Amino acid sequence: MADLIAHGAAHGSASTHSPDLQHHFDNMTQQFEASNLGMWVFLATEVLFFGGLFAAYTVYRSLYLPGFEIGSHLLDVRFGAANTAVLIGSSLSMVLAIRAAQTGQRRAQVFLLVLTMILGAAFLGIKFTFEWRNDYLEHLVPGINFAYRPEWGANGPHVQMFFLFYFIMTSIHALHMIIGIGLLSVLTWMAARGRFSPEYYTPMEVSGLYWHFVDIVWIFLFPLLYLIGGRYGIGGGH
Amino acid sequence: MSSHVVPLKIYVGVFLSLLFFTGLTTGVAFIDLGPFNTVVALAIATIKMLLVVLFFMHIRSSSGLTRVVVAAGFFWLALLIAFTLSDELTRQWSPIPSGWGSGTTQSQPR
Repeated sequence: MADLIAHGAAHGSASTHSPDLQHHFDNMTQQFEASNLGMWVFLATEVLFFGGLFAAYTVYRSLYLPGFEIGSHLLDVRFGAANTAVLIGSSLSMVLAIRAAQTGQRRAQVFLLVLTMILGAAFLGIKFTFEWRNDYLEHLVPGINFAYRPEWGANGPHVQMFFLFYFIMTSIHALHMIIGIGLLSVLTWMAARGRFSPEYYTPMEVSGLYWHFVDIVWIFLFPLLYLIGGRYGIGGGH
Repeated sequence: MSSHVVPLKIYVGVFLSLLFFTGLTTGVAFIDLGPFNTVVALAIATIKMLLVVLFFMHIRSSSGLTRVVVAAGFFWLALLIAFTLSDELTRQWSPIPSGWGSGTTQSQPR
């Protein structure tokens, strides 16, 4: 407390302030706003980063729709939908972890952050062990293990192009998930040490923005990759 | 700072809506709507994105400056896709001129 008062005196004011307030900010609200805005600017660059892939996907899909439909129907929509639900659940637990910080519940913060990481890992587990592994066994991984099938006819190269988009987009998305889990593990450590309070939880909020952004990317990847041109009338594509 | 604590009900409601829309978009894909399958899928994805941005990412209660930055991000994405497609989808609209050399129009002295 003496430290706080001395600190306030150094500012030339008698009032004390939160020890989490850095000197170049007027108050905690301004400090929070600055971090929040910075994260959104970063996310805007991420929107354009993924946007380049989405634009390229749109162009080639419009050129080679039959091949892209064949490729899309070779994906298992059940895994895609399940993973969407898992990611949405992880977004809920993330936002509840932030709420627990706002209401000062330390144990709930740690529990919810760990739950978010588990759901994130479950997403990656489903993607790697069920989906990618099956794709490899079915010779659908361009550059590593890919084989044209006679029933594709002239669409063969376009099916391969679909899978190239599928693997590049899902692997960059998965990389973001892995980075997100890394961020969450740091947050869990900080939360367990009581680093966050209703006055200061900026790292939680800002990491949450990143996590939800990655969720949004998947919300668009799911229909674009798994549901192209509808799933009706697939009729023995496998 | 005075933090804005959103009621638990709202978060759970948004979560359930997101699950509902995920089920809906998957179900609709099994119904033949012709080209509208893609339209419906993208419309549902956009609704889900708005739910996440407004409620989970707290844009509903954020400052005007932050909202402008978010809107700018999506605006540039729209530019990226719109200008790419305006080239790609219109290339066939006008015929490609043939070469100068061997046309019938080339050598017609007056």
